[in-house]
Amino acid sequence: MSDFRRQNRGNVDNNTKVNFTFDGKTYSGLKGDTVASALLASGVHLMGRSFKYHRPRGPVGAGFEEPNALVTVHRGKGRMTPNLRATTLEIYEGMDVRSQNKWPNLKFDIGGFNNIFSPLFPAGFYNKTFMWPKSFWDKVYEPFIRNAAGLGPAPKEVDPDVYGSCYGHCEVLIVGAGPSGLAAALAAAKKDQRVILVDENARLGGSLLSSGEVAIDGKPASEWLTKTIMTLEAAKNVRIMRRTSAFGYYHDNFVALAERITDHIPNAQIGQVREVMHRIHAGQVILAQGAIERPLVFNGNDRPGVMLASAAQSYMGRYGVAVGKEVIAFTSHDSVYGAVFDLADSNIRVGAIVDARASVSKDLLAMAQAKGIDVHVGSVISKTTGKTRINSAEVYNPATGQKTKIKCDALLMSGGWTPSLHLWSQSKGSIKWDVETGVYLPDVANENCVCIAACNGDFGVETALNAGSKAGGGRKKYDVTEAEWGSGEIFDQLPNYITPKKTKAFVDFQNDVTNKDIILAVQEGFKSIEHVKRYTTNGMATDQGKLSNLNALEIAAKALGKEAPKVGLTTFRPPYTPTSFGAFCGYRTDDLFEVTRKTTIDPWAEAQGAVFEPVGVWRRAWYFPKDGEDMHAAVARECKATRDSLGIFDASTLGKIEVVGPDAAKFMNIMYTNPWSKLAVGACRYGLMLGENGYIYDDGVVGRIAEDRFHVTTTTGGAPRVYRHMEDYLQTEFPELDVWLTSTTEQWSVIALNGPNARKLIESFVEDIDLSPEAFPHMAVREGKICSVPTRLFRVSFSGELGFEVNVPSHFGRQVWETLFEAGQKYDITPYGTETMHVLRAEKGFIIVGQDTDGTVTPQDAGMSWIVSKKKKDFVGKRSLQRTDLVAEGRKHLIGLLTDDPKVVLEEGAHIVADPTQSVPMDMLGHVTSSYWSESLGKSVAMALVKDGFNRMDDTLYIPMPGGVTHAAKVVKPVFYDPKGERLNVV
Amino acid sequence: MMLIHCPHCDEKRPEVEFAYAGEAHIVRPNAEQQQAMSDAKWSEFLFIRDNVRGEHCERWWHANGCNMFFNAVRNTVTDKFIKTYKIGQKRPTQAQIQKWKSAK
Ligand SMILES: [Zn+2]
Repeated sequence: MSDFRRQNRGNVDNNTKVNFTFDGKTYSGLKGDTVASALLASGVHLMGRSFKYHRPRGPVGAGFEEPNALVTVHRGKGRMTPNLRATTLEIYEGMDVRSQNKWPNLKFDIGGFNNIFSPLFPAGFYNKTFMWPKSFWDKVYEPFIRNAAGLGPAPKEVDPDVYGSCYGHCEVLIVGAGPSGLAAALAAAKKDQRVILVDENARLGGSLLSSGEVAIDGKPASEWLTKTIMTLEAAKNVRIMRRTSAFGYYHDNFVALAERITDHIPNAQIGQVREVMHRIHAGQVILAQGAIERPLVFNGNDRPGVMLASAAQSYMGRYGVAVGKEVIAFTSHDSVYGAVFDLADSNIRVGAIVDARASVSKDLLAMAQAKGIDVHVGSVISKTTGKTRINSAEVYNPATGQKTKIKCDALLMSGGWTPSLHLWSQSKGSIKWDVETGVYLPDVANENCVCIAACNGDFGVETALNAGSKAGGGRKKYDVTEAEWGSGEIFDQLPNYITPKKTKAFVDFQNDVTNKDIILAVQEGFKSIEHVKRYTTNGMATDQGKLSNLNALEIAAKALGKEAPKVGLTTFRPPYTPTSFGAFCGYRTDDLFEVTRKTTIDPWAEAQGAVFEPVGVWRRAWYFPKDGEDMHAAVARECKATRDSLGIFDASTLGKIEVVGPDAAKFMNIMYTNPWSKLAVGACRYGLMLGENGYIYDDGVVGRIAEDRFHVTTTTGGAPRVYRHMEDYLQTEFPELDVWLTSTTEQWSVIALNGPNARKLIESFVEDIDLSPEAFPHMAVREGKICSVPTRLFRVSFSGELGFEVNVPSHFGRQVWETLFEAGQKYDITPYGTETMHVLRAEKGFIIVGQDTDGTVTPQDAGMSWIVSKKKKDFVGKRSLQRTDLVAEGRKHLIGLLTDDPKVVLEEGAHIVADPTQSVPMDMLGHVTSSYWSESLGKSVAMALVKDGFNRMDDTLYIPMPGGVTHAAKVVKPVFYDPKGERLNVV
Repeated sequence: MMLIHCPHCDEKRPEVEFAYAGEAHIVRPNAEQQQAMSDAKWSEFLFIRDNVRGEHCERWWHANGCNMFFNAVRNTVTDKFIKTYKIGQKRPTQAQIQKWKSAK
């Protein structure tokens, strides 16, 4: 047993040793220890280096508020977690813990010279550095800062662990299982309602685990605690969640919890769920999160061994660990006396209590005297010494000028208590400044939520229990024997005889922000606390300012000459504590990260060795390489085969909407630019859809299946928004129309057959449809059967060749495809993918909405005025097409481009200029929208949006590329292949 | 996550089922009205929207639910829904909104 461990104190198992390593050295602790408590029990306080100055640091706290003792835990390949708080990590056998932000080692750290040069790193250092010449930043400062500073390294490997995700519901959610939370749970459990009690620690009890002698209803607090936990565990309607952080509070009492399941278990296997994110909808939320002790801002307050008084009490109460052999306390609050007496009773020598206040209650002084503890009233600590651990402190009495050096190996500080308002503020509950105690307290709730006990500014165990009971709907009054909580004073600055230049009093320990930095920020003109925060980085570290925010506010307020509430508090945002990305992702990783939609024919393409591309959330066959072909060769072959004989293409992803009802044609007239009333049953028509702003929104072929039934197709990516657009107009502008819309995209498999032999192929498979050109002309649709299954057969072409689109119910798609493919062998049938589809359509100048248009292109701009009805009184977008700026000269027009060098394939997106010799920045006329190598034509073809393009026919324009190459191209009409459309009429 | 009452389903459903659909009670002019409108007036109809701090009448779509559009009064500061109602119902008066609020 080390000198720092007290037998039979705390909730550790004195009989079970646990070995772990810290920076490679083996330490042993007891079962139930945290990394911090086990190291402290071994006499180790130095656990990390600060962010900016690399100052040696030890733990300040004993819980989740800890800013200093950040460590990395290694659990094998890919299972390294940085920036964990040693104060909350439960040790297990073989645990591999490493310190951070040090080089070459924790005790001797080269980055520590930042500390010596710290006058060069004042507030706003980062902002100011950015102002220096850019080249300096890239080459000198950034590499230096990256190497020398920073928190733990980010993991570089894929995290192999599994994370869970689930929803939960309850009538009452209680956050925090200290006395108030437990009493609330007891009361709430008695009613017929679901109760969830969460606590971030492994053990329930909160302050009861470390308070001194407290009796609840005549029994020791520990007995009450054990009995209460048993009662709650036995209650069927109560769910207790340990090691669970409520980190985010969202609308309508939706609270996010991160539950850590395996981090405290040795050899946790991959596949065991490591963490679960719970999304809880609660009827009522009871916040019982307690308060966090506030550090004092004095010279040398960051030396290892300087910590919060409550932390020292926690280490003793929870783990039986003495934080030192001889300690000094420095306080401005009564509560520290109880903590110190408790430590003195635990066989720790207390050298002195230094109280900054001018007077202290006689009772406390008498009790201190009885325990043989000196109290220096009206005094402060003016400096501390000790390199990697405090070894003395100087007590200074400003009134007398007297200085006393006192040896110590730990210094306990207390500047009072800050209620934890994080979740309350996240819920948008308002807060009010309490002048008497100098803290913010909850004011008006925005949700069905209460803040009770210490996080409401009400201290003491009895107060907490009764507040909990009441919040849980109970009437029980507890009777508690405990030391008086007392009161305190807030000091924004503590007096010191040493010139400020030579002092270092930290406000934010993790980010190395001193009181001088905050004063400097104010002097440099920052008045808002939000700006002061960002300029100094105070409160921006992983602890989110849990310890520093109020001290920073007091100092800034004083410097501004304002009252603290006039300066305001920075906004609390989720997460309350750092939460792993794994917990956020849950099971939505790898294949489950995003939905991939596949057609029923997709597996066939995969078996054929197709290369795929994503189109929206669809995965589509891009091309079908044969015998080691590259994409260029495969596409050239596919194009040629289709134009020469027969190509087969899976067009199932086309969006499809069934527009049905007596007013279907009327509705189509509204939604599309062209007229539909006179379209004969069995005929198809290309439709163009505009937004109300007059710009092209979508397009597609529409077939009239019956008087009251249209089979509408949309672009692959546009289906959902077109459907929404239609529903919107139907429901909100034309509710009188008797029309039903149904999304049928996934009901139909669509097999596109293109090429001169298309008709020959299907002839023998089609029933009940006369395929002769006279009976079934281009742009017609028939219902019948193919391969014995029902079909809607469209004679349409997106390639310029004789074409059919075979629609069959989805589940028949693959079967029909394979039958046709088999029979097509005699025509050398060639499967092709989206790339060939694009080449074939570009050769014909057919546009792709979203590629050749960009949301600012009108039908006129696209050269498609022919499709805009002049007779219809109304359609969506009609009025906008008359707007002055949409009919103005000089708009960008969609034109074709033929490169002077036919071998050059322009880059899509490349900019176009009239004069490539002009100076940079050039006057850009537009950009290339589509560009392909056309095997059929033996040259490249391109489409482009070019300013005033229709009036530039036959002009030569230029496309300058990075690297100095400039391509020349001639403006032409965007129809490159078979401009008369004769190939559609193959007999 | 907010719970939103769909007036068609008559149920509170989670926010993820819904999509916001812009300001409510902006009536699309009919063909004759459109032709009578100046470009400026038409642009106003197309593009200009209120940016209310407080109670805002807006459209929502129960996209992953019953597929119906409906209107809502929502406070843009607190994000709280005060009332949802069907398309076609008149824009609520301030008095009506206050009544709904106090009834909550
Ligand atoms: Zn609904």
